[in-house]
Amino acid sequence: MTSTQGTGPASVSMTEEERRLVDLLASMEEDEALALANKMLLQDHANPMRVLDLCRMAMDMVGKRFEEGEYFLPELVLAGEMLDQVSAVAKPLIDQKDEGARRKLGKVLIGTVHGDLHDIGKNIVTFMLDINGFEVKDIGVDVPVRTFIEEINSFQPDVVGLSGFLTLAFDSMKETISAFEKEGVRGQFKVMIGGGQIDETVRAYTGADAFGVNAVEAVNLCRKWLEAA
Amino acid sequence: MGDSGETAQAQALYDARWRRIMDCVALRQPDRMPVVMYATFWLAKYGGITFKEAMYDYDKVAEIAERAVLEFEPDGVSPLFGATALGRILEALDYKQLQWPGHGVEDDQPYQYLDREYMKPEEYTALLRDPTGFYLNTYLPRIFGVFEGFENFPVLPGMFYFRAVTGMRAFANPDLRKALRRVLDAADEVDAYARRAGEWNKRINGLGYPLINGSNSGAPYDVLADYFRGATGMMKDLFRNKDKLHEAIEMMRINLTRMTIANARASGNPIVMLPIHWAPDAFMSPKQFEEFWWPSFRQMMLDLIEADLIPMPLWEADCTKRLETIADIPAGKCIYWFERTDMVRAFEVLGDVVALRGNLSPSLMTTGQPEEVDAAVRHLVDNVWNKGGKLILDTAFGIPDETPVENVRAMFTAARKYGG
Repeated sequence: MTSTQGTGPASVSMTEEERRLVDLLASMEEDEALALANKMLLQDHANPMRVLDLCRMAMDMVGKRFEEGEYFLPELVLAGEMLDQVSAVAKPLIDQKDEGARRKLGKVLIGTVHGDLHDIGKNIVTFMLDINGFEVKDIGVDVPVRTFIEEINSFQPDVVGLSGFLTLAFDSMKETISAFEKEGVRGQFKVMIGGGQIDETVRAYTGADAFGVNAVEAVNLCRKWLEAA
Repeated sequence: MGDSGETAQAQALYDARWRRIMDCVALRQPDRMPVVMYATFWLAKYGGITFKEAMYDYDKVAEIAERAVLEFEPDGVSPLFGATALGRILEALDYKQLQWPGHGVEDDQPYQYLDREYMKPEEYTALLRDPTGFYLNTYLPRIFGVFEGFENFPVLPGMFYFRAVTGMRAFANPDLRKALRRVLDAADEVDAYARRAGEWNKRINGLGYPLINGSNSGAPYDVLADYFRGATGMMKDLFRNKDKLHEAIEMMRINLTRMTIANARASGNPIVMLPIHWAPDAFMSPKQFEEFWWPSFRQMMLDLIEADLIPMPLWEADCTKRLETIADIPAGKCIYWFERTDMVRAFEVLGDVVALRGNLSPSLMTTGQPEEVDAAVRHLVDNVWNKGGKLILDTAFGIPDETPVENVRAMFTAARKYGG
């Protein structure tokens, strides 16, 4: 996985302290990482955009370690938590115009299909897409077909992610994707599905373009589609 | 298991079926491959009632579940009534951790657990210092509406002499008294449900069908993760609260084991179903698994085996990378039920250690054709059963709610056709 935006590790050399922040975050050293980020932001008045870029570099490393089988769900969850905490300090310090200038890779609309209340997998996918540079709109759980259509019309996503853990989600996904066809919007975006029981049989049954078994696969699918577009 | 059959013929069938299961557990060759049945809301589909009716209408559930058993003639049956007809007792207790048909989800949707933080990270100390007190004052009022008022339940450890005598004034607290009355009323409802479930089990036994498990429980780590800390809370605790987590897992292991042995003995059936939620490959690293998850569960299984019980963990999702680790258990004492783990691989690693149960996939059962179900059974027979694996054929995690009846028929027919 490479850095997708902003100042990637290769494009700008890092100070010793910056490198240390990236390493602490990527190594799950939460207390030390947060103390250092806070010092950089609040005492040294480091550019908050730069600190968030460092966080993204660390998250790239976390994603890579997840793909390589060194990290697992707990590391993704803690990484998300650390990023939230740094962002909470950094974001109020950011100039609005700087933030607006950041280009997103593409838009992803994500939700758990109707009848299903599970959200852990969806939340982790949302977080991973977000830190990888996608603009993600998470519309929650038990999402009616009608709501998906309305959100698609207003948000204009490049990718729609349907999540579901229960077997009832197979039919809900099929119904939701059929509704995209009926509304004539199916061709405007790709559809990916994921969740505990999802496999190729379910993908074929629902008419989705692809399925993923974890958050990194979701990111890779979105990248592939948007690069091809 | 003693005399269970209503007639000599039913008793003989019961004995033959039970022997088939027990042969598998002991790694002996049975006369043919056993095939078993577990379902919840699929019964509603089978019987033509709504999921909501299946949760509340005891008579209909008992009749439909019996009809399903008689049609498919499984070698072992899960306690089908007890797993389904839960609406009245959940309502009586005002249970907060679940939404069920007519109570948070639609009438034709299954009950769903609400993953929340039911215990905060700073409460580990209170849980560990006085687990029963934590249940009474904090946990039960959070998960059951009828326990609201138990915040006033007196702190018992430390009471002595006149402090104990005068301490009883706590029971004059109006909120606590109201809660106690509500709990007693709810207990009557739970008692009625348990009697009905017991009658159903007895009736099924009498018709010649053993239960594949009489009770169920969970793994120490999973109980804390699912029902106390919540999924994300627990994953953060692996980094932030390691020591407390280790202590809490140990406390939970000791108490879960006590409860599990007592419940299993009361049921009269030695097999204990243990749905396993946090062992899947993706859920933690091998190092975390071997540090936080496996030792307490292994010890719990050893203690159950010591108590002449048969642990039957249902390893949910894909646990392929755990197979070598979980093989470290005495041979011929357990049934390992796999959901998405490749059964052929499981047989290769565990075939001389445990009986195997499973695992026709939910996507196949719900969206496949009967001939595809037949082929999947044949695949398991050819690659596990015929190679000496002690396979108890079943679906991956019970018959999925949406499964067409023809696919269930295909599963049972194929099991008999190919499994001897």
